[in-house]
Amino acid sequence: MILLDRVTKTYGKVATPSLDRISLHVEPKEFVIVVGQSGAGKTTLLRLLTREEKPSSGKIIVGGIDYDKLKDREIPLLRRKIGVVFQDFKLLPNRTVFENVAFALEIVGASNREIHATVPKVLDIVNLRGKEKRMPAELSGGERQRVAIARAIVRQPKILIADEPTGNLDPKHAWDVIKVLEKINHYGTTVLLTTHNQEIVNKLKRRVITIQHGQIVSDRAGAEYKI
Amino acid sequence: MNRKFITFSRILHTGVVNFFRNAWLSIAAIAVMIITLTIVLFSVITNATFSNTVAQITAKIDISVYLNDSAPQAQVNQLIANLRALPNVQGVSYLNKDQALKEYEQQNAGNTQLIDAINETDNPIPATITVKPNDLNKIQNIENSINQSQYKALIGQVSYNGSRKVAIDRIAHATDILKRAGIAAVIIFAVISVLIIFNTIQMAIFNRRDELTIMRLLGASTWYIRGPFVVEAITYGVIAAFVSVLMIRTLFVASSSALQATSLGLLDINYAATYFHAHFWTLLTLQLALGILIGAVSSVVATRRYLKFKTSK
Repeated sequence: MILLDRVTKTYGKVATPSLDRISLHVEPKEFVIVVGQSGAGKTTLLRLLTREEKPSSGKIIVGGIDYDKLKDREIPLLRRKIGVVFQDFKLLPNRTVFENVAFALEIVGASNREIHATVPKVLDIVNLRGKEKRMPAELSGGERQRVAIARAIVRQPKILIADEPTGNLDPKHAWDVIKVLEKINHYGTTVLLTTHNQEIVNKLKRRVITIQHGQIVSDRAGAEYKI
Repeated sequence: MNRKFITFSRILHTGVVNFFRNAWLSIAAIAVMIITLTIVLFSVITNATFSNTVAQITAKIDISVYLNDSAPQAQVNQLIANLRALPNVQGVSYLNKDQALKEYEQQNAGNTQLIDAINETDNPIPATITVKPNDLNKIQNIENSINQSQYKALIGQVSYNGSRKVAIDRIAHATDILKRAGIAAVIIFAVISVLIIFNTIQMAIFNRRDELTIMRLLGASTWYIRGPFVVEAITYGVIAAFVSVLMIRTLFVASSSALQATSLGLLDINYAATYFHAHFWTLLTLQLALGILIGAVSSVVATRRYLKFKTSK
């Protein structure tokens, strides 16, 4: 589902690359946790997958799409196939909770009926029922995070990338979020999760990829958090 | 429902919703557009009014050629035909001695002494050819063809002469400057307006660049992102165009009752008002076209840079 072959990313003329010859293979329906300290290269990895950045060298293939052959006008189509929960949420400030989630469906041309049927269900899943008409500025950090998650999963993407989705949450809500991720993984979505949360990593017992200084230092199934 | 139709109606809907959600930004942008479009409209009307004034002045100026009584009619007709054929001639009229006398009597109808004096002698008024030029600055060619040697014997005197010639030339020069200044003003104001409006819309979009990049990241197509911004900017343009035309209209209505004078310095307000009312729909359409065009183009250009994909490796 996700394949990286000796991918290197250097920003500008900096001597040390953010990612250094990373090779990685993620099977469909897999649940992968990426851990690493701040600045280790986790976010760069995710930004390469969403084609926010181009790799300096190496090959990336996601869902059968070879990024080298991807034309600019095909990038939106690629992004529609991937659900992303951004570290900084990236909610649309001028739209309500409902509209933010609905936006993901609007851009693929879903009908109003579909939107009105699907969005409330997803808001149920992330526990945001009753806050449909709030603006992002009126929400707490945790609520915003959950809107971001709802938006990422509403299209039932084949791949879900979640960058620190529990970062701003108390333990209870953090687990709620993880349960949502497990649930959609259970229904067949490949999940790529980055986190700092040791407890979550240890309890999940999933494949853990550890990145340090732009390189993969360990990649083990059912592993525990160790840096 | 057709998918394209859904998308289109969503773009329209979002544009209108954004317009109201960003009310302050919208009001500020519209205010700027109103002011600039009003200035453009005002300069267009002023220019038309000046042109009219120039045309009126030009209409009052003609060249009279007073013929000798001995001039043979065939040659006179030939001179008239020649003058008519000149490019800068609007019209040529000819009065024979009797007609010229009648006209003279009419013009001086109150002055009985003068008329009595004239009637005591044999008709002293010469036959007259009157030439109306189109453009005062090109009177020279008329003068030249009158002064051709073959007609020398026919002509007693030409009115375009001496101090009168100097005066006409001065008027010609002044009207020429007025015309050029008018056109230059319209162009300059239009260009400045376009730049100001463009800048305003660019800033409005700059304020919301995050929205653009977020939508880009979520996989929205270029026009799905850009469309609402274009709709919004066009809405600004339409509102600004209507308000500017309305403002000028109110100005004329108010000034016609408030001002007793019919002109302000060189500006003939009466004519300006007449021109505005006569061309109301054309001017409104032009303003709308200008507002819509600038709005659409500026928003397309201004959104472009936030919609680009990273190409550097």
